[in-house]
Amino acid sequence: MARAEAPETAPDPTAAAEAATLEVPPELVAQSLGEWFRAWLTRIRSGDSGVLPVILALVIITIVFQAISPHNVFLSAGNLVNLFQQSAVFIVLAMGELFVILLGEIDLSIGYAGGVGAAVTVQLVQPATTKWPWWAAVLAGLLVCVVIGALQGTLVTRLRLSSLIVTLAGLLIWQGTMLIVLGLAFSGYPSLAGLDSNRQVLYNLMNGTIDPVISWIGAAVVVLAIAALLWFGDSRRRRSGLVAPPVSLTLLKIVLIAIVATSVVAICNINRAAFGTQEGVPWVIPIVLAVFAVWMTILQRTRFGRYVYAIGGNPEAARRAGINLAAIRTLCFIICTFTAGIGLLLYASYLGGMSGNINGGQLVLYAIASVVLAGTSLFGGRGKVIHGILGGLVIGGIYNGMGLLGLDVRWQFIVTGLVLLVAITIDSLSRRSATSGSAARV
Amino acid sequence: MGQVIKDSPAAEPRFKARGVDKHFGPVQALTQVDLDLYAGQVTALCGDNGAGKSVLTKCIAGIYEIDHGQFFWEGNPVHVRSPRDAARLGIETVYQDLALADNLDIVQNMFLGRERLRSGLLNEDDMERAATKTLADLRVTTVRSIRQPVASLSGGQRQSVAVAKAVMWNSKLVMLDEPTAALGVVQTKMVLDLVRRLRDRGLAVMVISHNLNDVFEVADRIAVVHLGRLVTQGPASDFDRQSVVDYMTTGASSRSGPRTDADGATSGTR
Repeated sequence: MARAEAPETAPDPTAAAEAATLEVPPELVAQSLGEWFRAWLTRIRSGDSGVLPVILALVIITIVFQAISPHNVFLSAGNLVNLFQQSAVFIVLAMGELFVILLGEIDLSIGYAGGVGAAVTVQLVQPATTKWPWWAAVLAGLLVCVVIGALQGTLVTRLRLSSLIVTLAGLLIWQGTMLIVLGLAFSGYPSLAGLDSNRQVLYNLMNGTIDPVISWIGAAVVVLAIAALLWFGDSRRRRSGLVAPPVSLTLLKIVLIAIVATSVVAICNINRAAFGTQEGVPWVIPIVLAVFAVWMTILQRTRFGRYVYAIGGNPEAARRAGINLAAIRTLCFIICTFTAGIGLLLYASYLGGMSGNINGGQLVLYAIASVVLAGTSLFGGRGKVIHGILGGLVIGGIYNGMGLLGLDVRWQFIVTGLVLLVAITIDSLSRRSATSGSAARV
Repeated sequence: MGQVIKDSPAAEPRFKARGVDKHFGPVQALTQVDLDLYAGQVTALCGDNGAGKSVLTKCIAGIYEIDHGQFFWEGNPVHVRSPRDAARLGIETVYQDLALADNLDIVQNMFLGRERLRSGLLNEDDMERAATKTLADLRVTTVRSIRQPVASLSGGQRQSVAVAKAVMWNSKLVMLDEPTAALGVVQTKMVLDLVRRLRDRGLAVMVISHNLNDVFEVADRIAVVHLGRLVTQGPASDFDRQSVVDYMTTGASSRSGPRTDADGATSGTR
């Protein structure tokens, strides 16, 4: 693994001191919002742009598709809610894929591995056959995903096989397995559409909506909770003299979160049906946020998460620190397929059933492109759970826009490939400029 | 074995190795090594490439298990079979590659593998406070923010963080592998000052080095390995550059007695 090497020559003391001040990420020492903002601009100019490109991409996609979509339908409430639902699948898959990418590994199988889990769930709730209660079927499906992840993770970590090859094999194996599970149906593909309340629950994961009033109350509770956490956390650190953002930045974050939450609820609460009423926040949004919150807490606030980053950054350092690399790596593969199981369950709900035609290969490429577009590095050690959400929205936007334009599957394949290419180009270039930048600094 | 040199005044070495053998297949890497490391003293371990410096260090650090011989810790016989055993005694090693994760910040690196928790979650505040205190005690003041990623540090700063990480755990013996190998003049001085502060805190310090400038700059005692044997050890004042080079290259020296070169000034400050 290439790492920035220590400087070879002896600079004169003043130059060394100057270099040292230049090297510090400027946000860390900013005392006020203005200072922080200037520091942020400096960092962007130096090539380390964080999530800015992906937010720009979101804006551009919105403007372009709004302009060229028929009847400028892209920004209509109905389409935006549809976009959230489509993106939810990519977002959840991306948040799972993140765990293996952070290790510097990859999992190409999650589209079909999750597909096997979703197929099992959907088969188990069929009233004509097994009639399992929905929660038991979901648990069974996710358990299958855990087993698949453990299997692949064990092959990669214990036998030291390449994760690329193991999961490429998995891509085929689980596609076949999924088709076998689906073939067990007595006729056609198993459906989630039905009047029985058991299947209705699974159908509503994606299609059900929360009452507008309850949507507002829920959003307010969530925003207040996040605001309280941010505010009290930051002010406690400020009081103890620890590294903390300026007060105004904390406030800015809270305001931004409130604005986003208000906009989403407002859009979802517009009646989007052509006839009758269809309004309220889809269930899928709180589901995605719950997955986000849990995975973010695990990555940022637990030992396990810290070790994932350490292994991605320097496996040898992690090994010497006494970390059990094999266990952490295997667990990441398990989390990845488990999350994919949730993602494919949402997809099945979106489709109203499970079909053998789902394109698990395309789904996994979208998932990888999502996190990498948003700034996660394929080389490991750098990435955040929020990248799954931002990147997933970009990919969802492109996917949705292509649908509005009536582009068929041929063009979708080409665009998928191009998006992935752009994502890894950005990753490689930013990595290169970061390395050359640090070499120039010392 | 080499000449007999009077030991330093300290009563009992903090760490003693007696008759240590280590072989890898047919290769005899260490033969009958006796080594003494004293508290409050910097011992420089010198030797040519392949002489066995690293093997000896890794045996003490518990990465290799010795074939024959015995280690003594504060006078008591001990077995060091794993890095965990070494850590339990208070032995910490800073390897040449430093073993820092570039993508983690200073606090995260210093606590890697021994994170403090509060109700199951990482206790960042507590760890940041402790790391700040350790760096301040060692007077590592050049880093601007303790939350900056290690990737953004200079070579000397990285070395300092690695050393601070090692001494954070009430360690009693710290071994540094070529701590100045990749550093410039200013940063070398910074690291050697840090080594002196470790000694002043009463730690036993072993520095592995090729660089005789550094050795005479900082060492209280010198030990030389040659072809897997520890050919001599004793107070640094009993050596001069030429005798150390002789020991390193031939395993013996015709010269002995007090040094005569300009390094006398350094030992006067102790």
